[in-house]
Amino acid sequence: MSLHSHHDRGTPARVLTQKSTQNVTLTIDGIPVSVPVGTSVMHAAAEAGIDIPKLCATEHLEAFGSCRLCVVQINDRRGFPASCTTLAEAGMQVTTESDALFRLRRGVMELYISDHPLDCLTCAANGNCELQDMAGRVGLREVRYAVGANHLTQPADVSNPYFAYDPAKCIVCSRCVRVCSDIQGTFALTTTERGFDSRIAAAGGADFLTSECVSCGACVAACPTAALMEKSVIEQGQPQRSVTTTCAYCGVGCSLNAELRGDKLIRMVPDPNGGANHGHACVKGRFAWGYATHADRITTPMIRQSIRAPWQPVSWEAAINHAAAEFKRLQGQYGAESIGSITSSRCSNEETYLVQKLTRAAFGVNNVDTCARVCHSPTGYGLKQTLGESAGTQDFDSVMQADVILVIGANPTDGHPVFGSRIKQRLRQGARLIVADPRAIDLVDTPHVRAAHHLQLLPGTNVALINALAHVVVSEGLIDEAFVSARCDAVSFAKWRAFIADPRHAPEASATVTGVPAAELRAAARLYATAGNGAIYYGLGVTEHSQGSTMVMGIANLAMATGNVGRPGVGVNPLRGQNNVQGSCDMGSFPHEFPGYRHVSDSATRALFESAWGVPLSDEPGLRIPNMFDAALAGSFKGLYVQGEDLAQSDPNTRHVTAALEALECLVVQDIFLNETAKFAHVFLPGASFLEKDGTFTNAERRISRVRRVMRPLATYADWEVTQMLANALGYPMRYTHPSEIMDEIARLTPTFHGVSYARLDALGSIQWPCNDVHPDGTPTMHVDEFVRGKGRFMLTEYVATEERVNRRFPLLLTTGRILSQYNVGAQTRRTANSVWHAEDILELHPLDAEDRGIRDGDWVGVHSRAGDTVLRAKISERMQPGVVYTTFHWPGSGANVVTTENSDWATNCPEYKVTAVQVMRVEQPSTWQKRYAEISKEQLALFKPETDHAPV
Amino acid sequence: MNTERLIQMANQIGGYFDADPDRVAARDGVAEHIVRFWEKRMRRQLYATLDVASGALLMPLVREALVEHRRRILGIRS
Ligand code: SF4
Ligand code: SF4
Ligand code: SF4
Ligand code: FES
Repeated sequence: MSLHSHHDRGTPARVLTQKSTQNVTLTIDGIPVSVPVGTSVMHAAAEAGIDIPKLCATEHLEAFGSCRLCVVQINDRRGFPASCTTLAEAGMQVTTESDALFRLRRGVMELYISDHPLDCLTCAANGNCELQDMAGRVGLREVRYAVGANHLTQPADVSNPYFAYDPAKCIVCSRCVRVCSDIQGTFALTTTERGFDSRIAAAGGADFLTSECVSCGACVAACPTAALMEKSVIEQGQPQRSVTTTCAYCGVGCSLNAELRGDKLIRMVPDPNGGANHGHACVKGRFAWGYATHADRITTPMIRQSIRAPWQPVSWEAAINHAAAEFKRLQGQYGAESIGSITSSRCSNEETYLVQKLTRAAFGVNNVDTCARVCHSPTGYGLKQTLGESAGTQDFDSVMQADVILVIGANPTDGHPVFGSRIKQRLRQGARLIVADPRAIDLVDTPHVRAAHHLQLLPGTNVALINALAHVVVSEGLIDEAFVSARCDAVSFAKWRAFIADPRHAPEASATVTGVPAAELRAAARLYATAGNGAIYYGLGVTEHSQGSTMVMGIANLAMATGNVGRPGVGVNPLRGQNNVQGSCDMGSFPHEFPGYRHVSDSATRALFESAWGVPLSDEPGLRIPNMFDAALAGSFKGLYVQGEDLAQSDPNTRHVTAALEALECLVVQDIFLNETAKFAHVFLPGASFLEKDGTFTNAERRISRVRRVMRPLATYADWEVTQMLANALGYPMRYTHPSEIMDEIARLTPTFHGVSYARLDALGSIQWPCNDVHPDGTPTMHVDEFVRGKGRFMLTEYVATEERVNRRFPLLLTTGRILSQYNVGAQTRRTANSVWHAEDILELHPLDAEDRGIRDGDWVGVHSRAGDTVLRAKISERMQPGVVYTTFHWPGSGANVVTTENSDWATNCPEYKVTAVQVMRVEQPSTWQKRYAEISKEQLALFKPETDHAPV
Repeated sequence: MNTERLIQMANQIGGYFDADPDRVAARDGVAEHIVRFWEKRMRRQLYATLDVASGALLMPLVREALVEHRRRILGIRS
């Protein structure tokens, strides 16, 4: 149970909708109260300020009616109905307190307590236990039952690293079982036996850890007693205060309450008021925050003359001055364009904004890029071309009004777990699902959810697939002609219609390319076009291809052609990888765009920024990340400032990347850990974790949420302060005293942010941009009456096969992805107990491919591509199709990116991570690269001697 | 920078716009894309391949676009 959950109204609020437009009025203890039809008596009472005792009910779940503590009396009704399961009716007169009710409730409590340990004083839930509260509430004074059979000696299950289950304290309210099925959708818990022997159990294993549980923590938050409890609370006691902040992991952007004692973080719990997550979280945000105080944190600035020299700890001033002097030297020697910066999608909007400002104003160049380059840059390009804005069209809640959900190249239950749970909720309500993915992701077949169609295409053939879907729509008369003629550009539509109607795009023709049977594809297209509200969700399986941008435009074409844009329940929704991908792009991190996606050549915008920043600005697009590497190898790019990004691990073709980094004369890395990139750095500036600073993140639904400081920065400064010091040392003055002032500047200069300020964010909780005079509270659904660009524009999307092809030497296609418990390059999650679920990256392959090569489950296998070799452990998996293998890149030593190539999207240079031709064979030892990697890591570790250990916080 | 890589990237852009039956629009599309997204060093180096052997690897559409939009590609202000 989290702090402050005492005002729980017992059952979910009902809202007035199109279906239920009526209120009913009843009286409770003589107080009249009016509530929407479908509201429980318990909830109505709470609205009237009357708390009815309860144990099994909570407003986060539908009522279950098992404890009978909530009984009431209703005029003209016999007996004592449970108020949580009884719906309010007009004219009802309810009594919540009477002698009879008092006796009944006390009897119920007495039974519960007779089988409950009476160790309240030493219990972890002491002071925050609903059972304890209710015992007090109903006036329990004695337990008349003799000590008989009980569960007091049953052992606790402590297998999960983050929480424990103590059956002795379980009152079998089944909240945990219901939250696991209704909210999380994992169905990991069951109630065992019946009657007295009844307890809960995690299914599919001997204990929680080996069961199907995905450790989302929802059951722990729902438990009214100490039966399910965070280990951090068991060990350290109940927290005292709570600060609302935003998860720094994935693009769902869950609002979390950091519960603290002093400035010690005791636990993170999901915020019931969170606009993105509505009180839910996943194993990463809920539990994997221990990295923030990990011993590996670097808290002292360091410099060195060469990357083979030992690191020297220095003062902040010395480090900043050294970096500034080096950047100036390089510009003097090699020209202004010889340096640049990289912003991070893990840092805040304010920090990202400052880094691009420093680059454009203090360096005087547009060589600034962001890690979004390697994930969602095609989204920015493709949606801008078609719809007019580089962002998703909906809020997450919109999915609850979708009739058919098309998931393309995304694995939400692993990559965006809280939204994955949301999708599953909607599917269990009856929405249909189409999955387009080379792998059988969990959503294809999971408890109570099964995809209507799984279009299991070959990696690299997305565009052929989307064209075939559109061809069916066009050729079978499924176009929403009214929508298209009212909302879309007629010329581009006519051209597109003629293009897509060509028989070469027919499913029968493209089946040989995609591997998807034509009948299945036709059925899927009809379902999407005719089911009502069709919503598309897509991920990196769309963008990280040589035709990533084409595919994004193909998706937008399909949505426009079927009229699935501009209202709740539909839309084109990129699921962003990292927490602030949307924000880092919004903030002008791309080398061709100022904040708000305005091209550097646009003279009005440039004039605006020139007058605000007081310097002339370049009108030429700068270098993108891969161009920076190429220019470094060619000798014209010499210095780089990298904030919070680990290029050496996350970018493709590692050997090419590290050669480029080695060619730099000054690499400044700002990070919380000595990451892989730092092995090539000359200056290290310690960063601050999200717990140590104020700022904002913008999630995949354009929702701007506050990040609030809960502990002091271990290395003295928040990241924005470090960038400001660097700007000042370069001679460009920055004088912000708080990130709110940076946001004020962003709002002044960016039309879509005009109405955003910290005061507004505090008042509204979060804001979805555009937020301006027209939309003062933000914009959940975009393109409602017209597209941002005016008329929606259809783009031609010819399928062009990738140059990365299989042949005799490299007969398999490798595709890469993520798993639930680890995050991105793993720098954070690897430093938490999450590694118990994923201790190494493995190679998944189909049984047939394994058999051909004599590979058994668990064997070491060499993975060879045109770019390089690595060695991974094999896992034989029916999820794969023959000919396709899969791995993750959470561990640096596994070198997944040694194998990936520099092929990239034609429009944005987003790398083609999802398609690499490889050969796989059994081996006995690590690859040459891995051996060299181990040596370099050892060497670099020897060059770093921590001066002082930072005090644990 | 690696010329082969620039040519490959330019040809990929050409590969996208080649679908447009309107050749003027296709050439404009290629040139516009390169001007809006490529840094000047890259554009100049790409343009320079027109005069050397490796330039033969350029798609005809890209070659035509470069020639037709020479001033913008090279960043020459009028
Ligand atoms: S573990 Fe907690 S939530 Fe689950 S049934 Fe027992 S008391 Fe209820
Ligand atoms: S932690 Fe989540 S998945 Fe595991 S049992 Fe609890 S609710 Fe279910
Ligand atoms: S779903 Fe994403 S944002 Fe939410 S808690 Fe998990 S990692 Fe954090
Ligand atoms: S709270 Fe109503 S029956 Fe338990």
